[in-house]
Amino acid sequence: MKHVISVTVENKPGVLARISSMFARRGFNIHSLTVGPTEDPRLSRMTVVVDGPEMEQIVKQLYKLVHTVKVTELEPGETIEREIMLVRVNADPTRRGELLDAANLFSAKVVDVGATTVTFEVAGEPSTLNDFLELLRTYGIVTLVKSGRIALAKDQKSTTRRGRLRTA
Amino acid sequence: MAETLTGAQALIRSLEHEGVEVVFGVPGGAILPAYDPLLDSPIRHVLARHEQGAGHMASGYAHATGRVGVCMATSGPGATNLITPLQDAYMDSVPVVAITGQVATKSIGMDAFQEAHTWGISMPCTKHNYLVTTVEELPDVIAEAFHLAATGRPGPVLVDIPKNVLNAEMQWHRPGAIDLPGYKPSVKGHPRQVKAAVRLIHESERPVLYAGGGIIKANAADRLRRFAEQANLPVVTTLMARGAFPDTHPLALGMPGMHGNYTAITAMQRSDLLVAIGARFDDRVTGDVSTFAPEAKVIHVDVDPAEIGKVRTADVPIVGDAGVVLEQLIEAMDRLLDGEEPPAREAWFAQLRTWQEEHPLTYEQDPNGPIQQQYVIEKLHELTGGDAIVVAGVGQHQMWASQFWRFTRPRSWINSGGLGTMGFAVPAAIGAKVGRPDDLVFAIDGDGCFQMTSQELITAATEGIPIKVAVMNNGSLGMVKQWQRLFYGGRYSAIDLTTQVPDYVKLAEAMGCVGLRAESPGEVVPTLEKALAVEDRPVVVEFRVDPDAMVFPMVPAGASNDDVVLGPEDLA
Repeated sequence: MKHVISVTVENKPGVLARISSMFARRGFNIHSLTVGPTEDPRLSRMTVVVDGPEMEQIVKQLYKLVHTVKVTELEPGETIEREIMLVRVNADPTRRGELLDAANLFSAKVVDVGATTVTFEVAGEPSTLNDFLELLRTYGIVTLVKSGRIALAKDQKSTTRRGRLRTA
Repeated sequence: MAETLTGAQALIRSLEHEGVEVVFGVPGGAILPAYDPLLDSPIRHVLARHEQGAGHMASGYAHATGRVGVCMATSGPGATNLITPLQDAYMDSVPVVAITGQVATKSIGMDAFQEAHTWGISMPCTKHNYLVTTVEELPDVIAEAFHLAATGRPGPVLVDIPKNVLNAEMQWHRPGAIDLPGYKPSVKGHPRQVKAAVRLIHESERPVLYAGGGIIKANAADRLRRFAEQANLPVVTTLMARGAFPDTHPLALGMPGMHGNYTAITAMQRSDLLVAIGARFDDRVTGDVSTFAPEAKVIHVDVDPAEIGKVRTADVPIVGDAGVVLEQLIEAMDRLLDGEEPPAREAWFAQLRTWQEEHPLTYEQDPNGPIQQQYVIEKLHELTGGDAIVVAGVGQHQMWASQFWRFTRPRSWINSGGLGTMGFAVPAAIGAKVGRPDDLVFAIDGDGCFQMTSQELITAATEGIPIKVAVMNNGSLGMVKQWQRLFYGGRYSAIDLTTQVPDYVKLAEAMGCVGLRAESPGEVVPTLEKALAVEDRPVVVEFRVDPDAMVFPMVPAGASNDDVVLGPEDLA
């Protein structure tokens, strides 16, 4: 089961290393991790997608890091999730037309066209991206890069109870 | 008018502001600037012979006094040598601040001479750590480091300072208010949980108060005792909590765990309620977790929320300082009892007494046989009236010291519990003696442990720190030998240290200490008396002890606490 956690941290050097080191040390699996600035320059927000059942420990151990300000476990259905990917697929000239039609359905943008390949940019819900990828497999995916998920709770009510625990 | 100071001067002044009275350290290239203003400071510097020694000294000092211990080392090897003591302090929640020199900022990442990525290396073994990149932030960083080390769940904090930052000039300013938006340790327990806890305690028939090292860290031994008496609860004290509750008290059950006594282990196992305070359900206490205390509900009080539910789900979790929560529990229990007596729990106490009578801790000292370590420990206890700080290394001697010393006061037992660091005893004893010079500090060490850090006796001798060290010489790595005997069919591999080499008496004398030796049971008391009579120098007393003795009771690693092994015959 994948869980999405939004972690607000102080924007300090090395804070990403502290978080990833903690995950490694405690044996927690990171599926994806994104980090970037927030509306407040003193803070960064990380979106971490984790695998596994130890959610309570993960949240508590995150809080234990001195630079962690807030940890929110985002509830599926109460969360806006987005991801962007660049995907290069084989595009035989004979099948290019149908490929572009399919891409259109997913609002995928053509960002590069080569002799035998086409590269798409797709942004959206992770499940949409996965659906598009499934479709592209029949053409042959040459290269794939994903940004990792960013997510935001739809409103403050979706903050879970354990997301508010403080730490020593 | 603002005063211009170098980073090094600002560092030392910041340490003075924190009330630091002693720094344990070893100088070197990158930290050199900090050693110059130290000459003009009232802070004492104890020159360790190895940075690991300096780190354990800082820990021993903190264990003994409750104040933050400070150690200092240079970059590269100086810093890496501190890693073991930092991890040791992290595992046992010891407040320590380590200051390390670092190569100049422009050289960082260039594989400069004596460069190591100290910040990265120390990250997983500290509560927090810093790389100071500008001189202006030094006073604030030092203030934060001490705040973090001492508050919440205590722990080690490392501050890495590049040489150019130490040399740079700044306008001295006192540190501002601590600004750590992500760090707000809970102190007071949730009142509703406290109320739920006392109700559960009151209703319990077979409760056990499971006291951990957090009691000592929180200076809460007095309240622990009040609460145990008020609620009529038997108390087990873990390896880290020895001394948190007097062994002489009628409610005391002693130490649980792998080498705990039968009653303490079994009381937890059969209890219907565990009241864990400042304890973390360590694997050495629980044995196989899935069969640990199967009928017990759990009240878990800890200052670190991550400990609650980490190993065992708590029915009543309470996040807060052990001392503050105990006060709350006492108050709530007072209201609940409303002048009535607590439940007598006669059947439970009768059962506990039966177990105690049937399975006491025992050993036999054959007057013509080899010396038993338990005998040395008991005689030392008798001769000192128990009035000493006992410091142990790690292994058989540690377990026997914990089992057979009758602890009555907190901070009278110092050992490496979580990390199990062999070599801890000698330097930790030195740190303890520096912090509490009027107390008798007696290290009980094994020969294997002693050989790992004995060079610090030179520090003790030259700095005038008269500790005493009992070296239990069984000529082997005794605990490893015990495991090989029990679990590897007696195939002894790499455990032989030899009894004759080194000559501990000569070694002690060479290091400026008094060296004594006892080879037979009859020599134990006179030799200890001689050792206790020395006041001006460190003393090393070698005891030639039984090389075949084993520590019991024992719950083999991974086994259930239902299967306490009382002696070798149980394993046949």
